Amino acid sequence: MVKALGRGVFQMEHSVSIASYAAVAGKKEGDGPMGKCFDRVEEDSHFGQKTWEQAESRMQQETIYHALEKASVKPDDIDVILAGDLINQCTSSTYSLRPFGVPFLGLFGACSTMAEGIITGSLILSSGAGKRCVAATSSHFSTAERQFRFPLSYGGQRPPTAQWTCTASGAVVLDTETKNAPKITGACIGKITDLGVTDANNMGAAMAPAAADTLTRWFKATGTSPENYDAIVTGDLGKIGGKLLLELIMKQGYEINPCYHDCGAMMFDADTQDTHAGGSGCGCGGSLLCGHFLPLVKSGKIKRMLFMATGALMSPMLVQQGESIPSIAHIVEIVSGKE
Amino acid sequence: MEITPELYKDMTDGSAPKSKSYINIPLAFLIGGGICLIGEILLNLFEYFGLEQEEAGSWTSVILVFTSALLTGLGWYEKIARHAGAGTLVPITGFANGVTAPAIEARTEGWILGVGAKIFTIAGPVILYGTAASVVYGIFLQIFKFFMK
Amino acid sequence: MLEYLWAFIIGGAICAVGQILIDFTKLTPARILTGFVVAGVLLSALGLYKPLIEFAGGGATVPLTGFGHLLAEGIRKAVDEKGWLGILSGGLTASSAGITAAMLFGLAAAAIFKPKDK
Repeated sequence: MVKALGRGVFQMEHSVSIASYAAVAGKKEGDGPMGKCFDRVEEDSHFGQKTWEQAESRMQQETIYHALEKASVKPDDIDVILAGDLINQCTSSTYSLRPFGVPFLGLFGACSTMAEGIITGSLILSSGAGKRCVAATSSHFSTAERQFRFPLSYGGQRPPTAQWTCTASGAVVLDTETKNAPKITGACIGKITDLGVTDANNMGAAMAPAAADTLTRWFKATGTSPENYDAIVTGDLGKIGGKLLLELIMKQGYEINPCYHDCGAMMFDADTQDTHAGGSGCGCGGSLLCGHFLPLVKSGKIKRMLFMATGALMSPMLVQQGESIPSIAHIVEIVSGKE
Repeated sequence: MEITPELYKDMTDGSAPKSKSYINIPLAFLIGGGICLIGEILLNLFEYFGLEQEEAGSWTSVILVFTSALLTGLGWYEKIARHAGAGTLVPITGFANGVTAPAIEARTEGWILGVGAKIFTIAGPVILYGTAASVVYGIFLQIFKFFMK
Repeated sequence: MLEYLWAFIIGGAICAVGQILIDFTKLTPARILTGFVVAGVLLSALGLYKPLIEFAGGGATVPLTGFGHLLAEGIRKAVDEKGWLGILSGGLTASSAGITAAMLFGLAAAAIFKPKDK
């Protein structure tokens, strides 16, 4: 069952287990500082497919298979799959899941999808509507570049605030029975927040206020403070957004610096990989949660953490119309299953 | 404490790293200048072989456009442009890159609505507004001519 | 030799102006390119661009401002010869070789090359 602590904030009274997790990434991500944490790094950015869109679907599919395999379950054992991505109508997910034959809910939360999926899945399991769910997400540099920016071989210069969409995917299998696994114990659903940033090349700045708002609401509703956590992890604020979050949350009276990490800032080496403000995309937070943080939680090195995936709910069309970029951030609280 | 959009704008302006213009501008100058130098050499070469100035100019454009399309196809133009910035954007090679890049990429969506339509996504505005501006100029010229008679 | 030096310097300077626009304004590359062509038409109309070409050759014809000048030159000639119809035909006639080459080679490249990741 679930106990509501405030608007959009709740705790699981019987926690949900993360039975398994998997991450697959592209070559550039594999060459980066986090390269060793992925289950698989694919050298061919086309993933053996004809189009970039098929490539992303393929990557997401492989990630889900990896996660299922690690949990020793089959697609038929899954009650619901929750997945989403950045591409129009969430097609990377729908085409990835086409052969599975599993009940599916498509989610769009831009780069916050991983947290959105885990929250929805946890609620489904807590309500008794299912025994086992999968939450998955993916992003691919080339599909995102095509949809949001310029053709790949076009010679444009990226401004220093720009972030690099990660070719990466993450998937988790959630259930209510696995022992000795990381547990989902609470969540905070984010509000759409917009402080007027219009620059699509500075997504970190657009998303930081959403992250600060969600985090503040979580601390207030649960009565916790940053000291209660070994790690507070954001999805893809990058270097600029991460810095802004630290400033914004400081103004609310919370100092998160000692335990703060951002997957976007961790993913690449900005000096040698030419990625400017860091990584971004659904797969950025998704793959590092599954590849890096969940193993640490499982081994007990991290006892309690907040995973906050951040999303810029942006459409190139609305940006062209002069609109600012609304953003969102969702928190999932994860604790180690080790006593 | 309430963060207003105005206050936040100050915060973001302060946090955004500036472009490294002390590198970017000299690089754009050197590479852009280099492309123009190649253009000048080609021009003189064509004139040396007896072409009129106008024809030599057209052939020079064709050679530069061809080279740019080839480098774009090989994926090299983008690699140079990453450093050269406006140095590869402003010369006619940048225009050719703007035509070739979307064409290559749109091939997965077919020849008509893929390549055929997307080929102009970047170059279209350049041709449209260049032509429109020249028409405005033509109207002025014609009216001027009319009154001078 | 001096003409080569000037082609390099003037061409480089025009590109440097573009870089300043990229670095210090929020203008997108597409806007900058469009701006350069329209600026070329304007400078040519004011009679300022032709002297620059005589001075710097390729340094003035290769940048997109030179493309704008070509359009304006074409209009000037066509209006002289054909009057009102020249307004419609002059610009694209003069610039047709460059535009057609770009379309043709772009099409050929699409047939030959596969999109590459960065």
